[in-house]
Amino acid sequence: MRISLRNGRLIDPAHGIDTVTDLHLADGHVVGIGKTPDGFSAERVIDASEHIVCPGFVDLCARLREPGAEHKGTIASETRAAAANGITTVVVPPDTDPVIDESAVVELIRRQAGAAGFARVLTLGALTRGLGGEILAEMAALKEAGCVGVSNAQVAVPNSLVMKRALEYAASHELTVHLQAMDPWLSASGQAHDGQVAARLGLVGIPVAAETAAIGRELALIEETRTHVHFGRLSSARAVAMIARARERGLPVSCDVAAHQLHLTEIDLGRFDSEAHLLPPLRTMRDRDALRRGVASGVIGAICSDHQPHQADAKLDPFGMTEPGASALDTLLGLTLKLVDEDVCDLVTAIERLTAGPARLLGIDAGHLGIGAVADVCVFNPQAYRIIDAGSMASRGHNTPFFGWELRGVVCHTLLAGCPVYHHDEL
Amino acid sequence: MTPAMIQLSADGRLQHFLTIEGLQRKHLIEILDTAETLSGVAERRVKKVPTLHGKTVVNLFFENSTRTRTTFELAAKRLSADVLNVNIATSSTNKGETLLDTIRNIEAMQVDMFVVRHAVSGAAEFIARHVAPHIAVLNAGDGRHAHPTQAMLDMMTIRRHKGEFANLRVAIVGDVLHSRVARSNIHALNVLGTGEVRIVGPKTLLPADAEGLGVHVYHDLAHGLRDVDVVIMLRLQRERMSGALLPSAAEYFQQYGLTEERLALAAPDAIVLHPGPINRGVEMDSAVVDGPRAVILEQVTNGIAVRMAVMSIVLGNRAHPQEDFA
Amino acid sequence: MLDPEQLSSTLAERLRVLLASRGITAPALIGIRSGGAWIAARLQAALDLPGEPGTLDISFYRDDFSRVGLDPQVRPSQIPFDIDARDIVLVDDVLHTGRTIRAALNEIFDYGRPRSVVLAVLVERDGRELPVQADVAATRLTLGADEYVRLDGPNPLSLTIQKRP
Repeated sequence: MRISLRNGRLIDPAHGIDTVTDLHLADGHVVGIGKTPDGFSAERVIDASEHIVCPGFVDLCARLREPGAEHKGTIASETRAAAANGITTVVVPPDTDPVIDESAVVELIRRQAGAAGFARVLTLGALTRGLGGEILAEMAALKEAGCVGVSNAQVAVPNSLVMKRALEYAASHELTVHLQAMDPWLSASGQAHDGQVAARLGLVGIPVAAETAAIGRELALIEETRTHVHFGRLSSARAVAMIARARERGLPVSCDVAAHQLHLTEIDLGRFDSEAHLLPPLRTMRDRDALRRGVASGVIGAICSDHQPHQADAKLDPFGMTEPGASALDTLLGLTLKLVDEDVCDLVTAIERLTAGPARLLGIDAGHLGIGAVADVCVFNPQAYRIIDAGSMASRGHNTPFFGWELRGVVCHTLLAGCPVYHHDEL
Repeated sequence: MTPAMIQLSADGRLQHFLTIEGLQRKHLIEILDTAETLSGVAERRVKKVPTLHGKTVVNLFFENSTRTRTTFELAAKRLSADVLNVNIATSSTNKGETLLDTIRNIEAMQVDMFVVRHAVSGAAEFIARHVAPHIAVLNAGDGRHAHPTQAMLDMMTIRRHKGEFANLRVAIVGDVLHSRVARSNIHALNVLGTGEVRIVGPKTLLPADAEGLGVHVYHDLAHGLRDVDVVIMLRLQRERMSGALLPSAAEYFQQYGLTEERLALAAPDAIVLHPGPINRGVEMDSAVVDGPRAVILEQVTNGIAVRMAVMSIVLGNRAHPQEDFA
Repeated sequence: MLDPEQLSSTLAERLRVLLASRGITAPALIGIRSGGAWIAARLQAALDLPGEPGTLDISFYRDDFSRVGLDPQVRPSQIPFDIDARDIVLVDDVLHTGRTIRAALNEIFDYGRPRSVVLAVLVERDGRELPVQADVAATRLTLGADEYVRLDGPNPLSLTIQKRP
């Protein structure tokens, strides 16, 4: 299909482009920017004036809930939600049920995603078998099956020797290891940041040290193994500082942050608001500000959704009995644009953290719109606002601490390999 | 959302009693004064008033506590309410029905008040948010969060002995981290304008950012007790006596146990409270428990009056005004 | 004009006659807070009785708790004597519907078992809703449905007839 996107503000951070121009797509690729290529005749012309045209977003962490928790969401329902929010690539952590520790599960997810056709679904294979933290998973086979990295999801690997071996083995196969740093003992049964709000509400605290102690151990192991490790979902100022220092020392480490961590703090727990029950927990204003600075400086290379859709019941219990996590595909763009509105970073940087940044961390060819690039494109209206509520959310999960917020940025078109997978009629 | 919003009506009257946090001095004084009035009921031949005649109070205990349940039951009965005790074990093997389903079932029995005890912080408030609007919820202890009637019976006991709170120094000693009693007492003492509130314990038993609760923090008992007028000892759960929080019950007693010698550091007329049940020789020496400064049994007596007061105030505030009475 | 001090003296005289006719020599007075308690104090003095009269606060006994809730001014009842086998004079300022007296009788019986109870009121007006009569009253009034008698006090006492808003 040949499509021309006319008169949009093209923002392609990978190529330093921010200009009003036309974008021409054919056979799933970008074939022209500005001038119409010779012999090109568009089958469809989309008027993108007053809109931003940018690469489709790459989300480093989204749980689609299939296989294993289809009552919360399915690959079809959640990739449709991704498309509705301009996200064309999602990375799924291996904590599905069954765990992504064998090729068959990778294949199942690929098949379901292909059938749905809304977004690219990339998988992280398990680092240890069953995420048990004891026996290495068959990482080479998982890579062969298509996994873009390995991870133990939110499950710790308590044994340092196992972790060292796992890092060594992953490095042997040039696999990036995605870790969510959480010391299992310091975070055991924890419910909230170990600060003033947890003290007042009587919630079990998770100290910052739960994150930094784990990062500290992994950095010591990375010094020896030189494995590329990506730390996902940082939550604290001290963690950002540790990663920044490690990068200065030349260690092959990177990190991302969940969009909600850039806007909320422990105060947002209010009176036991289970929608704000998140892991890692919301921390202090100081932590939030350091995470924001990390996004601006590039120490934090990507903003992800950390999408965790739930059925309504999962949040209908006293705080400590609820399941952590937020449905977040629907807020990823709005919360990222809010950083621009709050002068955290400029628009091109913000878009970069959703596109070229995460693509680079994954080592995949995506997140840019140069000539010849795969035409995964998002067109959004930066002047339109949407209210986050059950009616407007595309995800099956309506659990969000941003319920009722009005966020800027409405996606109008999402193209996957040059094909429209989402279209929103503007009012 | 402020804590006041759910337990107070639009005109600022208690609709539930979930936490001291967010209440004003007038709310606490009303409870204390009403409790004083009701304390006389127990001294009469008929230890009962007909105030809640025809009302049904459900003791909804998700956590076993015969003692607390008994005082709520007695309070309800002395107000002539009917009492239903529902004990729901929350062992992981016994899951199945959700908390909301349990609540829906019991509220369908046309009851007027839930007295809720639950091992999870925020449970009473959660129930208050979801229960049918005509049902009042009293928090009889939720996780580590709050135990507001215990705090009010402690305030009643302190007021009876000391009068005004403004000139008092109060020390709360022991496992503050896991204690809902401590949190509610800290709030109550601060709302009532207590001169100084101290918490005393090893760092392993104090919450992070404890100063944010409005207290002075001491790790040394001798310093913490100096010149205090009131000592509130906290219970130490047996499972916490030896492990990573504390090396042993013996060392705890040696460092934080209240003995007569240590009590001598406090003001000469200092009183000693304990929410019970007491571990003699762990939190307190028997000589102090049985000594003249301990007011522990008065606390138990006052607990019934305070619970009667809260029940009658909360259900009274839910009255539907019509005509006058002459 | 209603002079409450004058009415109190009248009530004391009539009560003295009634008690004498019944052969009651050592009555125990109980006033219902607040107006009844003020009147009971005057009767106690006028009849030259020893000690203090008792005071009842019937807030916890009202039959309209479900409609009006708890009176925030509630204070303890004080009965400084043993009620058992005593001849009680229950004193109130105004007898209207009879519900207050019903509540007071219930409360008295929760303190013990008196030998007898006599009801003495300053003003007995119309509007009874329960089978309750005063044994002695200083005056009787018939008022409009929207009118009520109000006693302020205790020193000086002032008795007025007011209209409901």
